[in-house]
Amino acid sequence: MEKRMTRTLSAIALLLTATPGLAQELNALVWCDHTDPALIAPFEEKFGVKVNLKEYEGTAAGLAILEQSQPGDWDVLVIDAVDVKRAVEGGHLAEIPADKLPTADFFPELVMAENNTVDGKTYAVTEKFGYNTISYDKSKVDPADMADMATLTSGKYDGRIGIYDYYLPVLGLVALGQGINTSDISADNLGSLKDPLMALRAASKQVADVVSAQTALATGEVDIIVGGGEWLTAVLAAENPNLDWTIPTQGALRWAQSIGVVAGSTQPDLALEFVSYIVSPEGQARLATSSCYWGMPANAKAGDALTPEQKAVLRWDQQPDFLARAQLYPIPDAALDTAMQDLWTEMLAQ
Amino acid sequence: MSLAAKDRRLGWGLIAPALIWTAAFFILPFLAMLALSFATMDGREVVRGFDPGNYVRIFTDPTMLGALGNSLEITVVVTVISVLLAYPLAAIIAFRVPAQWQRLALLMAVLPFWTSYVVRSYSWLLVLGQNGVVNKALMGLGVMAEPLEIASTRAATVIGFVHFFVMLLTLTIYANLIQLPPNYARAAQDLGASRWQTFTHVILPLTLPGVVTGAFLTFVLCIGDYITPQILGGNAELTLPQLIMLQLGRSGNFPLASALSVVLMAVVTLAYFASSRWLRLDRV
Repeated sequence: MEKRMTRTLSAIALLLTATPGLAQELNALVWCDHTDPALIAPFEEKFGVKVNLKEYEGTAAGLAILEQSQPGDWDVLVIDAVDVKRAVEGGHLAEIPADKLPTADFFPELVMAENNTVDGKTYAVTEKFGYNTISYDKSKVDPADMADMATLTSGKYDGRIGIYDYYLPVLGLVALGQGINTSDISADNLGSLKDPLMALRAASKQVADVVSAQTALATGEVDIIVGGGEWLTAVLAAENPNLDWTIPTQGALRWAQSIGVVAGSTQPDLALEFVSYIVSPEGQARLATSSCYWGMPANAKAGDALTPEQKAVLRWDQQPDFLARAQLYPIPDAALDTAMQDLWTEMLAQ
Repeated sequence: MSLAAKDRRLGWGLIAPALIWTAAFFILPFLAMLALSFATMDGREVVRGFDPGNYVRIFTDPTMLGALGNSLEITVVVTVISVLLAYPLAAIIAFRVPAQWQRLALLMAVLPFWTSYVVRSYSWLLVLGQNGVVNKALMGLGVMAEPLEIASTRAATVIGFVHFFVMLLTLTIYANLIQLPPNYARAAQDLGASRWQTFTHVILPLTLPGVVTGAFLTFVLCIGDYITPQILGGNAELTLPQLIMLQLGRSGNFPLASALSVVLMAVVTLAYFASSRWLRLDRV
């Protein structure tokens, strides 16, 4: 009787172990580049876990999800690097052991300790970066024109421009065009960006999200995307090698995304393993070439895991120059953020 | 207990699940949204209270009024065009297509429903684009020398919406037309009415509930949609739902988003009262 009972319980235990739905699960709140199975499957196989991914767009939406969740609902968070402090202030990120992560292998500019650490404690690490600049079809526009942002509103390309629908990078680009550093944008000088922004809008055909901007560029609906970059054109490069991007003389914005462990995670060790995997050279190479969008890996050692063709698309060799000429996103306080969004909404309504 | 009392209790018992469902998933969330619409923002924090400032802003800020106006214009145009296209289509299926083929005809009419709404919108973008099917056909036939600017305009938004809602309206109008006894039209014609008079005096009034029901559903679904204006309209103009999404996704300004949503619901409620005389949701 006892033997039969033992057999039955063993069978149930085996069944439970073999049932995928009951395997250990990790819940990650991410951007779409993390949803590529080529990135996630190796981690799931190595640790025998299921990674549940929820995409979100915009820091406000991500933080709202966290605020409406119970502690332990989420284990990992991917967030705009400039918003890490905001997430820490909201109590959403847990401290992570910096010494266990390979930040020494990162491009020095991408360690971004001023963003990822608060009061000397590390809450996130940079995982990917790129540029918000000018993407264009070089068979339709003169690449030399793209070196100067002023050309965009000169009339030459009226109706052939699309604007990436994200106020921070585009307002940052407009500021650079006016000789204002992104870190110097304030309530006092925001008004001076209105006319050039409206001029850009008047010269443009559409204001588009990522997929719409890619579609417009790929189908020839527009020839230029302001706010674009490698993240916009790289996935299309194989089909249309004419799609290119550049950083104009006025400069560009550098975007960066960070990854951290969510405060209250019930499995912080596994969450940290996931973070470690993402910033490892292999994870970085897969993340850099995600099917959703490409971007430069923060870990310079990922170069060994990328093919020469992939590195060419990412402009690997030009990174020192690009990094020197690009500025970080503006980091507005709540009042300036509201004013910037109001200006953006006014532009959309124009 | 009397039989009437028993019946009453049974009646309440039967409708209780629906009442609980409506209270839990509509009335309570709506009241929460209404309360939130009177809150304010202090930095990035929501401050509960009773401040009508969000509503004052909606009705004084030209951007917000413009978005409301755009939404109403687009919705009215889409509803009118959809009705004008769907009625003849439904009539052809009901009166001209042999009975055994009507099911197939309806299936063909609603076939585009089977694809994802977003995919369908992006497909329209490829059709209406500068190098799209429409422009290539027009230029190939020599009708146009230069491609038409259709994508990223209000026209593209309207086309995308009309394509979607004609299917919906065809179903509601067809359901009315098919229930119409043919003797009514015959009687009118026996009494000397012309085809047009038969239509305007007999068929149209009797099928008006189906038309209005479909038009109301079109109005509700169209005015609340933000995907089509974004994808096909290229954000060329701002609509009310887009404004709500901006407040939710970008600003995290939930009080203003709630106030905008209440205004949107008020518009839909007005549309309901305006059409309630003819509205027959049981005809859907």
